[in-house]
Amino acid sequence: MKVKTPSKLEKILAAGHYAVTSEVGPPRGSDPENITKKAEMIKDYVDAINVTDNQTSVTRMCSLAACIRLKLMGLEPVLQMVTRDRNRIALQSDILGAASYDIHNILCLSGDHQSFGDCAQGQNVHDLDSMQLIQTARYMRDEGKFLGGGDIGRPPNMFVGAAANPFADPFEIRVPRLAKKVAAGVEFIQSQCIYNMEKFELWLKMSGDRGLLDNVYILAGVTPFKSAGMARYMKNRVPGIEVPDELVKRMADTPKEKQPEEGINICIEQIEHLKGVEGVHGFHVMAIEWEEMVPEIVERSGLYPRPTVE
Amino acid sequence: MIVADKKPIEEIIEEVKNNEKILILGCNECVTVCEAGGKKEVGVLASALRMYFLNQSKEVKIDEITLERQCDHEYLEEIRDVMDQYDAVVSIACGVGVQFMAEKYHSTPIYPGVDTCFLGVTEERGLWTERCQACGHCILASTGGICPIARCAKRVLNGPCGGSAKGKCEIDKEIDCAWQLIIDRLEALDRLDEYEALCPLKDWSTDRAGGPRKVVREDVQQ
Repeated sequence: MKVKTPSKLEKILAAGHYAVTSEVGPPRGSDPENITKKAEMIKDYVDAINVTDNQTSVTRMCSLAACIRLKLMGLEPVLQMVTRDRNRIALQSDILGAASYDIHNILCLSGDHQSFGDCAQGQNVHDLDSMQLIQTARYMRDEGKFLGGGDIGRPPNMFVGAAANPFADPFEIRVPRLAKKVAAGVEFIQSQCIYNMEKFELWLKMSGDRGLLDNVYILAGVTPFKSAGMARYMKNRVPGIEVPDELVKRMADTPKEKQPEEGINICIEQIEHLKGVEGVHGFHVMAIEWEEMVPEIVERSGLYPRPTVE
Repeated sequence: MIVADKKPIEEIIEEVKNNEKILILGCNECVTVCEAGGKKEVGVLASALRMYFLNQSKEVKIDEITLERQCDHEYLEEIRDVMDQYDAVVSIACGVGVQFMAEKYHSTPIYPGVDTCFLGVTEERGLWTERCQACGHCILASTGGICPIARCAKRVLNGPCGGSAKGKCEIDKEIDCAWQLIIDRLEALDRLDEYEALCPLKDWSTDRAGGPRKVVREDVQQ
């Protein structure tokens, strides 16, 4: 695929390297060190860092400001934007604000429902949905225009991404749904955490058979288990995540003090396995509240050192 | 229909506790069907208030009237001759009726006796569920006759979101995922290929976003 933006992430993917991304969640406060310390920990092991946008609807420092912090450190942020909290004026405005700092990656999401967060009594906006945000970001970049039709002075130049969850229901529309995102103009996908390899590979195969993978890069999402309890929680409590019984058993059969290590081992095995799967272009390592393990995971998976691109 | 639910009696007492001549005004339309504001509920509310005032040793006149509708001038005019007998009205019509009463009888306080909830259906007796948000531009032709604006918690127009699990919504296992329903219906209609058509950005100016709305039909005026 031809490179269309100055995004380092896009260049690495286009050069045929496995890309590695990870994420940092902004703090429940205004201390910038919270973000910069986490970023410092992982920066040499990833190509780009996602910054989550009020994830699980809990109010936090805004994604844009945290992305600017990363940019000022010379890093490559991926601006996550949800359609829950902003209408099309605010979304376009924030995209321009990010562009003014040369933030070159955006991940378009709908966001968790506000009832899960700390403002359950608040309104949600959803003026656009995630597909329409993809369209908006592409339109602003490619046409250099606002949704309202006016010209943008110095249009944003962003590599446009979205999430995909092959494990959500109903399965039969998971591939059509990806097709829809591709039609909307998505350029890279970061998948939901993968534990059920078979299902992920089936989804990828079906997507490939439809020719979708010629137009979009897929980054496979992985999340290490910290404990057997977490594996069980992910299996039973988190909608849209499928954890096979044998993985839960493997964690549970490991002595408690060895469980974190076993979780990392599993994660590395998953990456190794996924490297052999056609259509996987990179990895999105989501080490939830466990950022310090990202370097080890990347290194032991043979993904270190990270490539350099022009 | 417009679905409403009864307000707690404590809230209504708080509204009218300082009045002495109160009219409880019901409506024979939607709120009768959803058993929140019809003749029967007028009687129940009037009895409860009489009981309350009796316990307070206060002499308060409480009358009961149920109109055919509270959203048309002609029916509201039916009580013009008696309105001067009351120093407050509790309307247990929907919010439309409460407001139309207040517009018509400018110097009498009109209090709401129900909470107006949504446009919906009777699924079974005692169970009413939402179907329409009156967005002002119907998209049901392209969604298999099921509205994602009214029935998806995120009103996602190109759904489902990642929170759809086993046909249910992430916010509540009792709530059907609207997009699962849409997909099932498109499948039943043998039109699942239509799922892949991107729903364009919606023009919300016909919705609440565009300000108070009106429908003008010159062909039926006069």
